[in-house]
Amino acid sequence: MITVYVENQPYPVEPGDRNLLAVCLSLGFDLPYFCWHPALHSVGACRQCAVKLFKDESDTQGRLIMACMTPVKDGMRISIADPEAAAFRAGVVEWLMVNHPHDCPVCDEGGECHLQDMTVMTGHVRRRYRFTKRTHRNQDLGPFINHEMNRCIQCYRCLRFYRDYAGGRDFDVMGWHDDVYFGRHADGALENEFSGNLVEVCPTGVFTDKTMKPHPVRKWNLQTAPSICVHCGLGCNTLAGERYGKLRRILSRYNPNVNGYFLCDRGRFGYEFVNSPRRLRQPCLRGADGDRPAVGPAAAVARVAGIIRGGKAIGIGSPRGSLEGNFALRELVGPDRFFHGVPDRELELVRLALALARQGTAPLASLQEAAACDAVFVLGEDVTNTAPMLALALRQAVRHKPAELATRQRIHAWDSLAIRDAGQQAQGPCFIATADQTRLDDIATATYRAAPDDLARLGFAVAHALDPSSPDVPNLPPDLAAWAQRAADGLKAGQRPLVVAGTGGASAALLPAAANIAWALIKAGRPAQLCLTVPECNSLGSALLDGGGLESALAALRQGDVDTVVVLENDLYRRLPAAAAAELLAARHVIVLDHLATATTAAAEVVLPAATFAESSGTLVNNEGRAQRFFQVFVPEDGIRASWRWLADLIVAAGRAPAAPWRNLDELLSALSAAMPVFKDLRAVAPPADFRMDGQKIPRQPPRYSGRTAMTVHRDIHEPQPPDDADTPLAFSMEGQPGHPPPALIQRYWAPGWNSAQALNKFQQEVGGPLQGDAPGRRLLAAAAGAAPPYFADVPPAFAARAGEWLFLPAHHIYGAEELSSVSAGVAQRAPRPTVTVNDGEAERLGWAEGREVQVSVGDTVQRLPVKRSAQLPAGVAALPAGLSGQPWLPLPAWGKISTPSIPPVGGASATLRSMPSLRSTSSPASAPSAHSANQAPVPPGRRPGLQAGSSPSVREVPA
Amino acid sequence: MLTEQEQQAIGEELRHYPQPRAAVSEALKIVQRHRGWVSDESVRDIGAALDLTPAEVDSVATFYSMIFRRPVGRHVILICDSVSCWIMGANPLQAHLAATLGIQPGATTADGRFTLLPCACLGACDRAPALMIDDDLHVDLTLEKLGELLEKYA
Repeated sequence: MITVYVENQPYPVEPGDRNLLAVCLSLGFDLPYFCWHPALHSVGACRQCAVKLFKDESDTQGRLIMACMTPVKDGMRISIADPEAAAFRAGVVEWLMVNHPHDCPVCDEGGECHLQDMTVMTGHVRRRYRFTKRTHRNQDLGPFINHEMNRCIQCYRCLRFYRDYAGGRDFDVMGWHDDVYFGRHADGALENEFSGNLVEVCPTGVFTDKTMKPHPVRKWNLQTAPSICVHCGLGCNTLAGERYGKLRRILSRYNPNVNGYFLCDRGRFGYEFVNSPRRLRQPCLRGADGDRPAVGPAAAVARVAGIIRGGKAIGIGSPRGSLEGNFALRELVGPDRFFHGVPDRELELVRLALALARQGTAPLASLQEAAACDAVFVLGEDVTNTAPMLALALRQAVRHKPAELATRQRIHAWDSLAIRDAGQQAQGPCFIATADQTRLDDIATATYRAAPDDLARLGFAVAHALDPSSPDVPNLPPDLAAWAQRAADGLKAGQRPLVVAGTGGASAALLPAAANIAWALIKAGRPAQLCLTVPECNSLGSALLDGGGLESALAALRQGDVDTVVVLENDLYRRLPAAAAAELLAARHVIVLDHLATATTAAAEVVLPAATFAESSGTLVNNEGRAQRFFQVFVPEDGIRASWRWLADLIVAAGRAPAAPWRNLDELLSALSAAMPVFKDLRAVAPPADFRMDGQKIPRQPPRYSGRTAMTVHRDIHEPQPPDDADTPLAFSMEGQPGHPPPALIQRYWAPGWNSAQALNKFQQEVGGPLQGDAPGRRLLAAAAGAAPPYFADVPPAFAARAGEWLFLPAHHIYGAEELSSVSAGVAQRAPRPTVTVNDGEAERLGWAEGREVQVSVGDTVQRLPVKRSAQLPAGVAALPAGLSGQPWLPLPAWGKISTPSIPPVGGASATLRSMPSLRSTSSPASAPSAHSANQAPVPPGRRPGLQAGSSPSVREVPA
Repeated sequence: MLTEQEQQAIGEELRHYPQPRAAVSEALKIVQRHRGWVSDESVRDIGAALDLTPAEVDSVATFYSMIFRRPVGRHVILICDSVSCWIMGANPLQAHLAATLGIQPGATTADGRFTLLPCACLGACDRAPALMIDDDLHVDLTLEKLGELLEKYA
């Protein structure tokens, strides 16, 4: 320990390369700052964190220094409270506020604004500036981000996140001096998949959540709970907030082991499906006339119980449903009649990932571990689109190289601008082998494009290059062997290599190939890790339960012993060919529990409205086997209930158990823990419902939650009793322990004087470090200690193109490919048009111009799609959008044909000949809210007109 | 579209740097030399030529006050308003110029002949007040001299 004297008091500080600002904040001092961010580090741009540094005890004069740019040293003597330092900080805020519009009442950031907090903290309470303020024209940055440049205080955090951290290149800083503008070259959606983080990175209201605009709310009026993102398999931690029965927004919840400070845009803006008009809100029973009126819960349960009592029901689970829901369904129908709601092929891939995690020597990397790696090999997976936050982690992984170069030049690890300058173009080794170009190619040392089986062969070849005892790849072309050798050398040069693969790569050979590489690296003495992506938020967790996939369910149905199908949170038309889905749904009785009206619920006799992540509590298992709890945010007013609660009632009503098997979440978790050893730690994922802080529950509502007595007065003038929460230690109330709950239960970040999300500093053991208390979540899988599994030896044969046929691969897309988020208006607006991607040369040969409509036949499905040409996709393969709303499900990868239609299409450019049931296209971009009314204030007359002074977009006239 | 001449000149500059990005300010100057100013289209074209995004080019273009992102007149008058020139009477000079040309600083005459821009310093403090028209520096200015001066620039 070293000692730092603050106001002449000694404080013990861990030795290490830290800056003084981080140390002061970690010690609990309130030292204002703007440009510094624990993930973006120091640039010394804002001059806000000035403190006095004294030479020694006898020095009474001292000198002003910027804390964020000063390395901490043993025996250092500083003063934060020194009047000169305090006056300097107040002066800095006053300058920054000169052009700030003071429009807090109409600003979405108001009440959780770092600029407000810092202004109050410095004591700058009286404005002296009486002159014209600099104003800007705002840009339309797309459906996610609202732009209000007048509020900018030029801290440069947005650019440092967007460009340096997230790799975005369509956003930059314009102008100079006091006329600096952060934006795009021209109006248009921010292209980067992580743009939503600007909302939290910006210390004021320049970038705010545009999806919240139609239903704005102040932070102090939000009822919030810790949650887990349901839009991909990574399990990022979120804070979900509700008011008046509507989910209002999602913020990132800090988890140093998973998503750290950030979220992807699908995760942040995909939440609006919860408020969708397509939500199922009451149980419905189909009558004799085919009509399906809403009924009360008792009638619905009685009807289903009557059906189930017959004993011929099978259950179809869900990879997007909680562990609890899937388990409850399994209990209702019996383990041998429970099937997973995914095709057998996908289930096998996920189980393979599970097997690799269990038997292998390479541990599955968390996002944090992936970001800490220094050499990366991506095999077959388009991670930006299938597991977006992993792409952000990999961007950090290649930045260790410039940081190392800088360290050698004695640059501090937190001196981010100096590192950037010292590193120049240096990037750590990152090899990307995928079928088509990816959004990560800009950080790749080398890329390789091939059909999936050839990619797997390349993977095997890399493993063989690392360890000759691993299986050799026959007939490997010399250029490919050279590429493999180069990748092997690159990985071996790393201290912490990472191999990324996943289920999105459309070949079962990719995962074994990736495992071979990781195992070969471990044999070579490198602590290699594997990162395997899975399709959905509980793909891995549900796969831990026994049972086959949908084809097995279909087979069971065909055998004739089944008259009832119970579908849990699943749209079978997104999982199977329409004919197969229809066959399953043609069972005598079909019971569906889900959030949204889908083609599957349309076919159901009984529909039970199931709670989303925001209306129920439960557990999800992410791609690295980490079980994490999401907590109910609010109590829905309608008949919506957690799936497992419906199923518990059904179990009793159907006579499967004499009494409710579980009355609350903890009892269900105990049953799950007892049922399977892999779930034994499930109750430790988060504190149980009887957990209390000082004898009190933890309030979901902040102490200043307003309107509590008035919210329901239109129905009843008496204030209702807050609903009880039997499942969690959180209360639907503003009453309770206001302190810092354990990390798994943190429902918001707030500390005295810190109203913005940056109050998080006060919840961490040290800034940027672990949270105070037990880390949330539990990893359920562990690599077998000392295991030395044999290498996988099934090297696939090289891809052979077929004349007149194409191997169709799935093209994933962050927006639109995932079922729930694609219902949200903002995400739907960013969803791509469906296209068929073909090789450029091939298209040229066939005379297909970009956008030319062709007829694509895969199996029985024929559709018309415009051609998208790709210079990188290999010849002989083509790509079709996976999971895009309104597109038929296809068993990709699959062989099929592309032909030129002879008859011109009747409908639009991409009319689908065999279209899906009509319900499925209700989330078209047309339903998106119109573009916000941007504040396009004209340049005031007093403004210095200028072609000089950097004519930023604020004054630029765009020529017509 | 960049002209062949512009492309050639930018290609020449590119040979001097290990990274194409480094040539961006030269590329902007080349385009401005040929066209008088840098349009949005030119920003995109330069980006394409240097493997940069339009935002990255614009970031540099808008930083430099002498890269014009709006059309200018045939002749650009840069009148120094820095301290030495101010002491030596730059303000009445500027007012006179503005009145003569009938435009405010920052604007271009209706006939497209002159653009009047104040600038911070021309490095001619010893012979203040000073102004620059296109590439010519004019020093020791007086109101009388101004009239003759403008005549030279058609």
